[in-house]
Amino acid sequence: MTPEEIFKILQDKFPNSSFILDNELPTEAYIVWDGSELPEISKFLRDENTLLFDSLMNLSGVDDDNTKTVKDEEGNETVEPGTLCVYYHLHSMKLDHKVTLKVSVKKDDPKIESVEPIWRTADWHEREAYDMFGLIFLNHPNLERILMPYDWEEGSYPLRKDFETPEFYNGMKIPY
Amino acid sequence: MGLLDKEFGESNVVIAKVDDLMNWARLSSLWQLGFGLACCAIEMMATSASHYDFDRFGVIPRPSPRQADIIIISGTVTLKMATRIKRLYEQMPDPKYIISMGSCSNCGGPYWEHGYHVLKGIDRVIPVDVYVPGCPPRPEALLEGLLKLQEKIRNESLRKIA
Repeated sequence: MTPEEIFKILQDKFPNSSFILDNELPTEAYIVWDGSELPEISKFLRDENTLLFDSLMNLSGVDDDNTKTVKDEEGNETVEPGTLCVYYHLHSMKLDHKVTLKVSVKKDDPKIESVEPIWRTADWHEREAYDMFGLIFLNHPNLERILMPYDWEEGSYPLRKDFETPEFYNGMKIPY
Repeated sequence: MGLLDKEFGESNVVIAKVDDLMNWARLSSLWQLGFGLACCAIEMMATSASHYDFDRFGVIPRPSPRQADIIIISGTVTLKMATRIKRLYEQMPDPKYIISMGSCSNCGGPYWEHGYHVLKGIDRVIPVDVYVPGCPPRPEALLEGLLKLQEKIRNESLRKIA
C-alpha cells in the first residue's frame, strides 16, 4: 500500500484529526499529523487488517530550528519558541509496506503521548528522543536519560539547535 | 637485557641490583586490565590474539582492576565513561601504568570540536605513561607503545628521589 492510500484511509477513519500528505520529491511521501487521538490511531495502524503495521522501525526526534524572535512596533521582542517533531517509521512485516508519520509539538511544551504500549520497541527510542531533544512522552513507563549520564544537567538537551556545550561536567573540562 | 648477561657465581648465584631485578620482573609481566572502549579495542584484541601475541611480552588480560598493572585506554572516552575509568584506575594497586591508545583517548580525536559528550584526552582525568597515535593504531603500533612503556619501567628506581 502506498502512503497516499494509507493517508486516505486515515482521513476517512479519523475525521477529527488533521492529516496532510507531503509528497514533495526527492524524499519519500510522508504524513504530517497533528498528534491528536494518538493511542487510537497508532492502535488502528497496528491492528487494522489492511495496514498491519506490526513493526516500528524507528522513532526519532528532530529540532526544526524555527525559533523566531519577533519585534513589534514598540520594539519589544518576543520569542516564538518553534517546534520539535517526532518521526515514526512504520513497517508491516505481513504486508510488506511502510509509511512515515510526522508529529510536531511546540518547543516550550514538548509533550506527546507515548506509543510504547503499542510498539514495545518505542521504549528506548522515546528515551533517546527525550535525552537528546527533551521531548516528554506521556505515559512512558520509564522516561529517563539513556545515553547521557543520569546526572547530566537538567533541561540540557544536546541535539537541540540552541544547545551550548557546558564548560565542565563533574569537574572535567569539556571544550578542547 | 635481563639477568642473563649478569655474572653467574659458581653456586648458581645471580648477582644483580635490586632495581634491575624489580624492574625486570615488573616489565615482563604487565598484566592488563581487560577493558575495551571502541574500535581501538578491536585492534587491542587483535594484538592479544595469536598472530601478534601480546602474551610473549607477559601481557595477560585480567578481569579485575585489583589484579592489573596496566590499563590500555582503547577508544573514545565519553564523559559518562570517564568517571568509571577513574574509579577503575583508583582500584588498581601500585605500581600502575596507563597506555592511551588512539587519537580519541589522546586528545578527543574526531570529536575534538563538536563532541559535547567526549572527554578531550584521558590525561585530563588520569596520568598517562605512553601515548600511541593512530585511528586506530595497528597492532604493531600498540606493541611499540608497550615496548616504550617497558623502556620507561626499566629506568625506574626504588630509591627515593631526593
